[in-house]
Order: sequence, then C-alpha cells, then structure tokens
Amino acid sequence: MAYLDNSATTETDPAVISVMADVMKKIYGNPSSLHGIGVKAERLMEQARKVVADALSCLPHEIVFTSGGTEANNMVIRGVAEAYHHRGNHMITSPIEHPSVYHVFQYLKQKGWKITELPVDSSGRVNPADVETALTDETVLVSVMHVNNEVGTIQPVEEIGNRLKKYPKVMFHVDAVQSFGKIPLHPSRSHIDFLTISGHKLHGPKGIGCLYKRKNLTLPSLLLGGGQERGLRSGTENLPAIAGLAKAVLLAKEAEETFYQKYQTWKEMILTRIENELTGVKINGDIDDGGAPYILNLSFPGLKSEVIVHALEKEQVYVSSKSACSSKKEEPSRVLKAMGLTDQEALGSIRISMGRMNVEEDIKQCCDVLVRTIPALQKVMKVHKR
Amino acid sequence: MKANCILLRYGELALKGKNKKEFENRLVKNIREKLKQFPGCEVTRVHGRIFVELKEHHSEPVMEACSEVFGLVGISPAIRTEKDWEKIKQAALAITEEQGERIQTFKVNSKRADKKFPIRSLEMNHRLGGFLLGKLSHLRVDVHHPDMTLSVEVRSTHAYVYGNSLPGLGGLPVGVSGRVMLLLSGGIDSPVAGYLALKRGAELQAVHFHSFPFTSERAKQKVIDLARILTRFGGHIRLHVVPFTDIQTEINRHCYESYTITVMRRIMVRIAERIADRNKALALVTGESLGQVASQTLESMRTINAVTTMPILRPLIGMDKQEIMDISKRINTYETSILPYEDCCTVFLPKAPKTRPDREVAERLEARLDLERLIQEAVDGTEVIDLRPEQEEEFSCF
Repeated sequence: MAYLDNSATTETDPAVISVMADVMKKIYGNPSSLHGIGVKAERLMEQARKVVADALSCLPHEIVFTSGGTEANNMVIRGVAEAYHHRGNHMITSPIEHPSVYHVFQYLKQKGWKITELPVDSSGRVNPADVETALTDETVLVSVMHVNNEVGTIQPVEEIGNRLKKYPKVMFHVDAVQSFGKIPLHPSRSHIDFLTISGHKLHGPKGIGCLYKRKNLTLPSLLLGGGQERGLRSGTENLPAIAGLAKAVLLAKEAEETFYQKYQTWKEMILTRIENELTGVKINGDIDDGGAPYILNLSFPGLKSEVIVHALEKEQVYVSSKSACSSKKEEPSRVLKAMGLTDQEALGSIRISMGRMNVEEDIKQCCDVLVRTIPALQKVMKVHKR
Repeated sequence: MKANCILLRYGELALKGKNKKEFENRLVKNIREKLKQFPGCEVTRVHGRIFVELKEHHSEPVMEACSEVFGLVGISPAIRTEKDWEKIKQAALAITEEQGERIQTFKVNSKRADKKFPIRSLEMNHRLGGFLLGKLSHLRVDVHHPDMTLSVEVRSTHAYVYGNSLPGLGGLPVGVSGRVMLLLSGGIDSPVAGYLALKRGAELQAVHFHSFPFTSERAKQKVIDLARILTRFGGHIRLHVVPFTDIQTEINRHCYESYTITVMRRIMVRIAERIADRNKALALVTGESLGQVASQTLESMRTINAVTTMPILRPLIGMDKQEIMDISKRINTYETSILPYEDCCTVFLPKAPKTRPDREVAERLEARLDLERLIQEAVDGTEVIDLRPEQEEEFSCF
C-alpha cells in the first residue's frame, strides 16, 4: 500500500497517539478551573504552546489554538474585515488560495469589499512586485499562502513581507498549512502578521490548528463565550489534541532536513520515470527549487482525474484529484485554470503528495503502477489518436 | 557569501579605567553563557570588540540572543575573509546586496590595522566604493549621512567586512555591580524594575510573598514565569518564595484596616532584608514609582523604609505608567503580568488605605504582633527556586 495523499491528511504518528491517550487519561482538567487539576492542565497547554512558538521563533502568547486551518483562516480574514474596516475596504489575495481563504474573500466581495486577485505565472507563483502595485490607501490585508496545496509551488512570502514592511498599516496573512514543519518560515523575520497552521497535515491529530498572531495586533473573536485563548477563541481547549499537535511539531522539526532531502530524491525519481516511460503527460507547478519537493501535480489530458485516482486505488496507490476539500465537484480546478491550463489538462490532473511515513518502496510502487495504468487508460480513452 | 561571524561592540565599558578588564571578562563570560544554546559558536575578544564565530549556525538567532546581553551597544553580521582583495570585494558586495533597496546611499570606511596589506585605507575606500557603484545601480555615495556605512577592517590574520549594526541593549554586563534582591510581585512594575537593575550590571535574586489560599498557585506560577523571562537578560536567577499567609492573617486581625498595607510592606522589607543578608545581596530593589498608589507617597515610603538600613533601589521612580508598560512590552513580561490573578497586594486591599501613614502608629500596631517569631518562621519556611534560561520542562510527554 502506498499512501501518497499527505497533503489531504496524514497518518497520525503513533507517538502522537500515545501522548494524546496519556493526556486523556491523566490530564483531564479544564485549563480554566481554579484548582490544582485545572492548573495542571493549563500548565501542559502552555508548555505545548511554547513548543509551537519555538518552532515559529515567536512568543508563546502569539499562538492561538483553533480547531484547524479553516478556522484560523476565517478568523484572520473575517476578523480583519470586522475590526479594520474603518481603515479601508480593500484586500489583496491570490487566485490559488485554499477554499478556506478563497471563499471568505468571495463572501467579503458580496459584502462590498474590494478584493484584488493577483495574477500568477504558469507555475502558479505570485510576483511580489504585483503585490506592491496592487496596494491602495484603502488596503488593509494581503493574504498569500506559503505552499500551494494543489501544485506545491512555494510563494515568495518572505519577499512579499519585506516589501510590505514599508506599509505598516497593511497586514499580511500567510496560510502555511502545507509548509509548516517541512519548510522553515519565521513570521517575525518575514514581516508576517498572521500565519495559519494545522495539526493533521504533519502527522498530528485532526481538529487542531493554530494561528500565529503578531503581538499587539487585535482581532475580534468568531466564537463568543468563556473567553479562552485570551478572549480570541472561546470554548474549552482541546487539550489532548493540543498536546498531540506539540508532539507532532517536535517530531516534524527533528525530521525536517532529512525528509526534505528524501522528498527531493523521490520527486526526481518519479519525474525521471514519467519522462522516460509515459507520454501525454504534463507536469504542473515548479519542479525546481521553487516547488515543494513533497507535492507533485501531473496532468494527463484526455483522462479524468477521478478515473485515474480509482485506477491507481485498485493497485493500492492512493493519490488525489485537485485538493481533497474541493475534489467532489466535477469542475476544472480554479488553481490550475489560474495557471493557464486548458480545461482538458485541468480535468485530468492528479496530485501525489508525500509524508514522513512514506518509504522509498511506496514511491517505486507508485511509479510502477503509473507507468502500467496510465497507458492502459490512454488506450481506452484513445488519447493519442485525437 | 554569507555572514560567518558577528561583530559585537561595547560602549561604556571602554571608559571604565582600571576595572575595564574585569568588565570585559564578565561581558565575554555572559555572552558565552548566552550562546551555550548554539554549540560550536566561539566568542573571542580583540582590540575593544568581540567576535562570534557562527560556525554552522544562522546569524539571526545568534544576533537575537546577543541583543539580550547587557553591555553591548552594537551587533552586526560580518563576513570574515582572507586578506585577499578579490575576496574582500565579494564580501563587500554580499553585505551590500543583502540590504536590497532598503539602502540608497552608502559610504565605505576602511581600516588597515595590518600595514603590510598593500592597499592603503583611503584607496580601499575609493576602489570598493567604485566597485559597488558599478555593481548596484540604485546606490549613491553619501559620506555625510549614508543609509549604510560599509566597514572593512584588515587585521593581522583576516579581513572583516560588515554593514550597519543593530543597536544592543547598552548598560553594564550583569554581575559587575554586585547582587541585589528584587521584591517581585505579579504586577507590571516589579519585573521592569528587575530588568533595569540588571541593566546596570546587578546580579538579580528575587523574593515573592505567597499567601495560599488567598493567592493561588497560578499567582505563584506567574511570578516564576516572570522571573524566568528575566533570566533571558540575567542568566541564573534565584527566586525566594516566602509563605506569607500567617503574617497577613495576623496583620488583619490586629491592625487598623487603613494601616494594613503599610504594616505589610514594612514586614516584607524586613523579610527581604534578612533573605538578602543570607544571600549576600547588598540592596533591595522595588518597582515603586512616586505617587502611583497609596503606598508610594513619600510619607509612605519613609515609613516603610524606616525598618531597614539596606539601600532600597527604585529604578522606576522617575517613570510614568506608560513608560513602564512600554518597557514591559518590549521585554515580554507584560503579557504575563496582566494575567488576572490575585496577588498579596490586592487580596487584602483596604477600602481607604492611609496615604500618609505615620511611623509611630505603624510601630505601635506592630507591637501587637509577635513580629520576630512571624518573620523568622516566614524566612525559615521560604522555598528557593533556581531559574535558568534553559529550563527543564514540567511535563515529559512531549
């Protein structure tokens, strides 16, 4: 079995599971309770917060635990819209964002906000100079993701941050869900004001994520109630998941460099096999240093993504069409379309995404199955005769 | 080419005559202590400046760590290279390019300590300036107000090239001025007072008064956390947690409500003095500022001060609340200080504290207490917590 859909979600690391089970058994207190059992839970939570803060080289109180990436993204964009509309009514984003960013901007557009969608080049990258050109006196927020979830292109967020430094009133949000724990990014050094991360993309639990919020910036709360997380996110804290996230972060940090190299080797391995043994294939995104080595997006014009996914599944190779969150709709991916792909190319794309639990054998199996299955499908669909 | 060392400059120290050596040694020791977290980093002192060899470490985190050491006035990433003209040029280009379009104007300031190097410093200025102007078209030379001064030092073994420096914290190296005992509550002021004592080279210990169950475990933990934040600037800090419940109960039973604060603070000073004596600290430090609250009027200070002959340093005396808050935000104690737990000063807060307490009245009220026994019990029951920047974590599960 080769699970190569790690950008959708990952297999939970057994060490994370045992931390979580331990916490559920032993540290069940409510961090808000006054007594010692509550204090203990609170201390554990704060230690976990410090682990995440250290990974981002930021302060513990700049970390807000949320239910995941979607909540953190909503919290920032909707929060900024609510709290800073007196400063202006313009925001800037890219057309290749995750749905939890993209759809919030669509919603704000309906509410009367002016939203600039920056163009991307054929590898799906935003040009930092375009960000600066798009700024107006009304601009309050720029939101650009770090690593794109569909094609893996690394966005120049550090350079965008450096350019935005000159505009202290413009806030900068980065959705780093696909890069955190794999590619280092330090929000304070890159002038990033908000940064989103999620637990289950790095072999941690689902239902937990967090938002880095630069100190001294205020955001309104989406959820009102007991005022947890410094009033930013009410609701009893999900302590087992928070502890699990901290464990996952530590494990990811340990493995970061070795795995980055492994992913590079593996990606090259797949690319070489494909180029030598397949025809009618287009490689999307950036296959050099500008792309995350653990995500690979391929188009087979004339085939349907869904069919490829199932054909590979039959051979126990698990990949994805578009991103998991939008793959149920039968439409060409808007990300691939923004990169200039034709409908045919976009409708026939699959994503291979690697994780820490993968071994070289998985990659070999995937290559073998691809070079066996794709030509068969292409023959049935008469791809080369058209 | 990337920065492979960091150049550290110290200011005031150079003026300190005979003690200079001791100050410099202490500063280097403090930097080494601070950089222990970066194994392999080497700290050396040459001719009034300090070099940190980065080895495989990135410059930013090491520079951040140095920016928490008192006694340094300037921190710059630098490139150490062979004394080869081509290499010096490449280093100068790398340092300048790193700044991008942030700098529009520059000047070159060369020093040739090694007179055997064939290019004289003025000529080096000209040639490097011309070279950079040719490579980077957005640059202009401005010798009076440059955005960046590019410095080149040719020394006996190597050449060093560096650009602008980040400001250091200033002050004196922690440890050169002797030891002090800080009265640390959980509020905004006392950690700032401790920070300022550290800034003037004092080695810090702290005393905290804990009145469980009137004040909670969280309040105590908050103070531990605050002291731990200060270890970033002060290295090792010893925290003395004094059991204060009995004393507060006794004060409330026997004293006028309006005098409880005065008497309480007089007892705190007595206890702090004893703990200071035991630990060879030479002065007490408090976060008092003049006129902020009832216990901080001059009358009140005099009445409280009367119980000790030990100097009480009040580094915040001339500061407004806003200035104090600004520092606490900068040193990152603010977010912890504002956590809403009762501390010993707020639990028994009288409705109308005496703003001009009288010394004799205070003494008369104290005569009703078994003062010596209470103080001795508190001192003997004191819990000692040693805090260091690199702390063992409480939970080992991750």
